[in-house]
Amino acid sequence: MEYWNPACECMDRDEMTRIQTERLIETVKRVYFNVPSYRNKMQQKGIEPGDIKTLDDLKKLPFTYKQDLRDNYPYGMFAVPLSEIVRIHASSGTTGKQTVVGYTRKDLDTWAEVTARTLACAGTDKSSFIQIAYGYGLFTGGLGIHYGAERIGASVIPISGGNTKRQLQIMKDFGTTILACTPSYALYMAEEMEEAGIKKEDLHLKAGIFGAEPWSEQMRDEIERRLGILAIDIYGLSEVIGPGVASECKYKCGLHIHEDHFIPEIINPETEEVLPPGSLGELVFTTITKEGLPLIRYRTRDITSLIYDICKCGRTSVRMNKVSGRTDDMIIIRGVNVFPSQIESVLLDLGETAPHYQLIVDRVGKLDMLEVRVEMTQYMFSDQVRNIENTEKKIRNAIESTLGISAKVKLVEPKSIERSEGKAKRVVDNRKI
Amino acid sequence: MVKQISVFLENKSGRLANVTRTLGMNNIDISALSIADTTDFGILRLIVNDPDKAVDVLEQEGFTVAGTDVLAIAVEDKPGGLSEALTVLENNSIGIEYIYAFVGKCSNEALVILRVDEPHKAIEILGKNNIKVLEQEDVYKL
Repeated sequence: MEYWNPACECMDRDEMTRIQTERLIETVKRVYFNVPSYRNKMQQKGIEPGDIKTLDDLKKLPFTYKQDLRDNYPYGMFAVPLSEIVRIHASSGTTGKQTVVGYTRKDLDTWAEVTARTLACAGTDKSSFIQIAYGYGLFTGGLGIHYGAERIGASVIPISGGNTKRQLQIMKDFGTTILACTPSYALYMAEEMEEAGIKKEDLHLKAGIFGAEPWSEQMRDEIERRLGILAIDIYGLSEVIGPGVASECKYKCGLHIHEDHFIPEIINPETEEVLPPGSLGELVFTTITKEGLPLIRYRTRDITSLIYDICKCGRTSVRMNKVSGRTDDMIIIRGVNVFPSQIESVLLDLGETAPHYQLIVDRVGKLDMLEVRVEMTQYMFSDQVRNIENTEKKIRNAIESTLGISAKVKLVEPKSIERSEGKAKRVVDNRKI
Repeated sequence: MVKQISVFLENKSGRLANVTRTLGMNNIDISALSIADTTDFGILRLIVNDPDKAVDVLEQEGFTVAGTDVLAIAVEDKPGGLSEALTVLENNSIGIEYIYAFVGKCSNEALVILRVDEPHKAIEILGKNNIKVLEQEDVYKL
């Protein structure tokens, strides 16, 4: 199946602009009259709903931050009476309160629509067996994909996350064709598969939709090679709707944003200016169909850029590049912004497979020190100290030329860096500031 | 030539013990070993009686392991015995990467493991100079 909803996915630009404008104007009115937090912010800027007439007026509106959702915990940002809310999800906050999101019946319908489009991008159809290994529960990953898959009419295997041995057994026995999980968990499964003696030929997997964390092209190559599948990057965040905000198609050249529901902008996170098309910056979303929790210019903290030309697949929607990092996962070492994904690219350029790695930041005296721990692979190993020291030096030099700061590289034994079945922990910051 | 296995070790206590325990539990006998170490890591090099099985069991235990072909030679166990063999290599411009001795020995010969840059040439020259180069089978029987 090529498209789920060709009328929306391949809409011409004028028609899209007309629909977006109409929906934006309506959304701004709704939040102004129903959500005190939005009204106060707009009044502080001296803006009224009537000032928003075109898409270009979007930049006049104030930003919304995760902190706004926390300040209005739990339901203060909802734009409908609570009796209209039929589902509540929450994202675990590592700092402070959880971020609570509410869906009306229409929101759930929209969510199923956009995740159905996402799944169709990976070739999911009625005959597919989809194993959903994202967590079910308050996290939006599991249930979000679930409803999209049901809408398509695929056979849903709602296994949720964890218990890798059982995942692999079911994948093999139930004939799973589509796998949905985080990319790091997909790699973890591939490792466990090799240990369990299961070959990719024993499986029926065709494609995987992987998201919820940043991953590199090299990591994609490795997943595709080891599982023998098409690996598709998907993007979503619970505040905006959950999975289903954007998805790659089979051409893997950027993630199609479901623009008839979510308007993207790229801004400079420091100056908050809107950046010209193609610039790298922070992704900002405005939802234009959501009822329960509409968001105006929501700061995602994700770093990416937008692609405006039309994709080979025929979809006309604007695409976002793979997320290359987060403004808040970013660590600042000696004044330099460092994203773990930069280290990953360096390591993957050196060998044929992805070694596991971890960044350890510490402060010695007044100086920040970066140590990069890299697990020894067969590929890097040698019986001669000189060769291993050369590899170490190569990694150190590549990091230095990529980041502009020096780092200590420490090679460690395989599997000595902690693996998680969810998101990989790439940074340990021991600085006490 | 003789197959040597190398194991990557972090400089942490208990790692070497773990390797020897794994080999011991699988009835693998160590006949020579050496460690090259730096501040952060070490490379353990081993000659064992069943190198293929040793690689398997160590990899299962999570170690990074590599196999390398090395030379095993027997020199007379007397002052200057080793020097004779090394002089032959030097005269023929064969570089030695590393060298270590066997745990045991046979009769009045000392056994030495050599990693050189041109192993085939080294075997030929050592042979011509009447220095005994041991075969895999000879070593495993020790």
